[in-house]
Amino acid sequence: MKAKHQRLILVIAALLAIIGAGLIAAWSLRNQANYFYLPEQMVATPPQAGQAVRLGGMVRPGSIKTEADGVTVNFMVTGNTDDAIPVRYSGILPDLFVEGSGVVAEGSLGTNGVFMATNLLAKHDENYVPKELEGMDTQQAAKMAADTTVGLTQ
Amino acid sequence: MIAEIGLAALWLAAALAVLQLVSGAFALRGAEGTINPLAIYARPAAVVQALLAVLAFAMLLWAFTITDLSVKLVANNSHSMKPLIYKITGTWGNHEGSMLLWVGVLALSGGLLAAFERRLPERTMLATLAVQGFVALGFYAFLLLSSNPFERLPVPAAQGVGLNPLLQDIGLAIHPPTLYAGYVGLSVAFSLAMGALLTNQVNPAFARVMRPWVLGAWVLLTFGITAGSFWAYYELGWGGWWFWDPVENASLMPWLAATALLHSVAVLAARDALRTWTIMLGVLAFSMSMLGTFLVRSGVLTSVHAFAVDPERGAFILGLLALNIGGAFTIFALRAGTVAEGKRFSVSSREGALVFNNVMLSAILAIVLLGTLYPLVTEAFDVRVSVGPPYFNPAAAVFAIPMFLVMAVGPLLRWKEDKPARLQFEVSLIAAVLISGIALASVIGDIPFLPLLGLGLAGALAVAAVLPLKGRALTRVPVATWGMVLAHFGIAVSLFGMACEGAFTQERLAAVAPGTTEQVGDFAVTLQSVAPVAGPNWTAIEARMAVSRDGGKPVILTPQARTFWSPAQSTSESALLTRWDGQLYAVIGNQAEDGRWQIRVWWKPFVTFIWYGGMLIALGGVLAIAGRVRVDLKRRQAAAMGDARRADLEALNPAPVPAE
Repeated sequence: MKAKHQRLILVIAALLAIIGAGLIAAWSLRNQANYFYLPEQMVATPPQAGQAVRLGGMVRPGSIKTEADGVTVNFMVTGNTDDAIPVRYSGILPDLFVEGSGVVAEGSLGTNGVFMATNLLAKHDENYVPKELEGMDTQQAAKMAADTTVGLTQ
Repeated sequence: MIAEIGLAALWLAAALAVLQLVSGAFALRGAEGTINPLAIYARPAAVVQALLAVLAFAMLLWAFTITDLSVKLVANNSHSMKPLIYKITGTWGNHEGSMLLWVGVLALSGGLLAAFERRLPERTMLATLAVQGFVALGFYAFLLLSSNPFERLPVPAAQGVGLNPLLQDIGLAIHPPTLYAGYVGLSVAFSLAMGALLTNQVNPAFARVMRPWVLGAWVLLTFGITAGSFWAYYELGWGGWWFWDPVENASLMPWLAATALLHSVAVLAARDALRTWTIMLGVLAFSMSMLGTFLVRSGVLTSVHAFAVDPERGAFILGLLALNIGGAFTIFALRAGTVAEGKRFSVSSREGALVFNNVMLSAILAIVLLGTLYPLVTEAFDVRVSVGPPYFNPAAAVFAIPMFLVMAVGPLLRWKEDKPARLQFEVSLIAAVLISGIALASVIGDIPFLPLLGLGLAGALAVAAVLPLKGRALTRVPVATWGMVLAHFGIAVSLFGMACEGAFTQERLAAVAPGTTEQVGDFAVTLQSVAPVAGPNWTAIEARMAVSRDGGKPVILTPQARTFWSPAQSTSESALLTRWDGQLYAVIGNQAEDGRWQIRVWWKPFVTFIWYGGMLIALGGVLAIAGRVRVDLKRRQAAAMGDARRADLEALNPAPVPAE
């Protein structure tokens, strides 16, 4: 085998591996990427039960209820319309999580229509304190929640 | 005055970068072996530029130390009441300051290269400096035109805004500077690769010059990533150690490329093979550094790490990125054909194993890159997605697992050609450890697939790492080989930590009244009291938890929920109890209406091994550098002694006078 041939074989092997990586990535990104839903989108076209997605919107004032165990909370997330999704979350709430604030919940929709959140995201940045959301109506808050959390992964 | 001195130094440094670029470029016009008379300015320009850039950074450091509130950057990011250490580290805790740090390190490494590197042909060296000048110039332009760190306020501020409390941490003091130094070390490797490509000097001598820079950059990246992971672990209060956050990926991608480059440079230096591949990886590694900077600095990705930035800067860095990477790949495409093929080797040889793992590392890099950029691409089509562990973990594992298997055997193979039959004993030993590890772990409990495989691989890799020492006199093993053994062993240690964390973590989340006890694993956690405390620039709710293991002597843990007042923000300060076999991680949450407190406690067996492993890997790299430097010094000494002896001999036996 000549050196030139060896080089050719190496280049082909490397290309194949990279293309393979690309295909695996493309395939699993289609399946594993978490899609972002607004409440009205989730009502109109609900994701499959159990599929990991993200729900963003505003916490409806007066809807936060803590259960007897002290760590499980239930609340409603609203968006640009009257549609609301009930969310259930067990864990320590983010500091910026209050009624009327924008929130992004990671988790999946249960068969009973309740969104089971595994994680609640609130920006750590001081630019997104709830004060900025206070003067806004629900629609703006939902948009804000969507805008401020692009690509925010945990 | 301080700010003006800094700004002037920065402009002068930029001017010298132009001189370095132009002067270095003239070297390419001269014929091989000759030096263009205009090319002699490149080295001094690089050295003086380094001094000026360091001066500019020192000036900014000083402005932050004394909290000079007439400087806009200080007023926006510091506060007179902040502890001194965080005033200083705040210098690079913001966009402009961190870019100045980047440029400072870039100029400094260019200066060191110009001042001390004499092994390469002068023409190659000058071409390298020209490329270095070109890269630096782009970043000077970025700093001076769109993010001037020394901008004054028309009226000095009465008080500063303060620093993001998440960044007020000792982790920040070391994490970004090490990562930047690593990124920038790769820029030197890139410049060297370009210089060698332009002057047709891609050979083992060039690889030996490039190797310490790659190794150094790699050590710093390893250390930076390890420190960053630990910082995220205890500062974010989420209990995780790696989130596949875009900014974490931005530091992982250059590391993957640098790891591949490191091994390919070793092949080039030792065997004169993989010439074009090494150049290609050099370009790739620096491209990933630039991309990392772009992702972090442009604000296209929101993340817990990203500082708020404006789109103009993002566009500027993207332009720089396109110019540098595009230019590099154009030169590569034009010149790669002129690089002659290196030496041949068979598939079952050490080169073969290294090539395989190089390709696997590149594939993992592709997986991480695509996953990181995918949300940006879909956003252009108005679809919002996020990509997290469910994608990254299995997709990366597809390539990581074969890589680990080959890594176990690779160092045992001979260069050029080897018979696999020779390694029957070693291979069966490794396989036995792997299989029994998996079997043992699956008996212990119901463990998810990846952690299970991780446990088996960790054991096999640990054994495989020390096998290259078998049958050798330990005192005569070169220091660089010890470095390799240590780094490979570190991978096993780290993998063990990750697998244990994934497999055996226990968690307890509850709302408890003071005085009650919760059980987590072997630990009884009693919440004794919750009280307010105050620090220099924050107030906090502090819980006192008495933790006792199996009824032993209790230890007090004090997790806090801190509220900073400038800027107004809250953080959760976790409390850690470290034991040899793991860590107890405690966080305090909110108070429920009935007065109970939320607490969240994890027992994470062997989680510390993740970072111990990282340290071992970095230490292995340090040993490899030390070993190479020692060999190089010895060679120089021997050469000097040889010269001296020859001179002596000549003096003793004067050449016979030719007869008339």
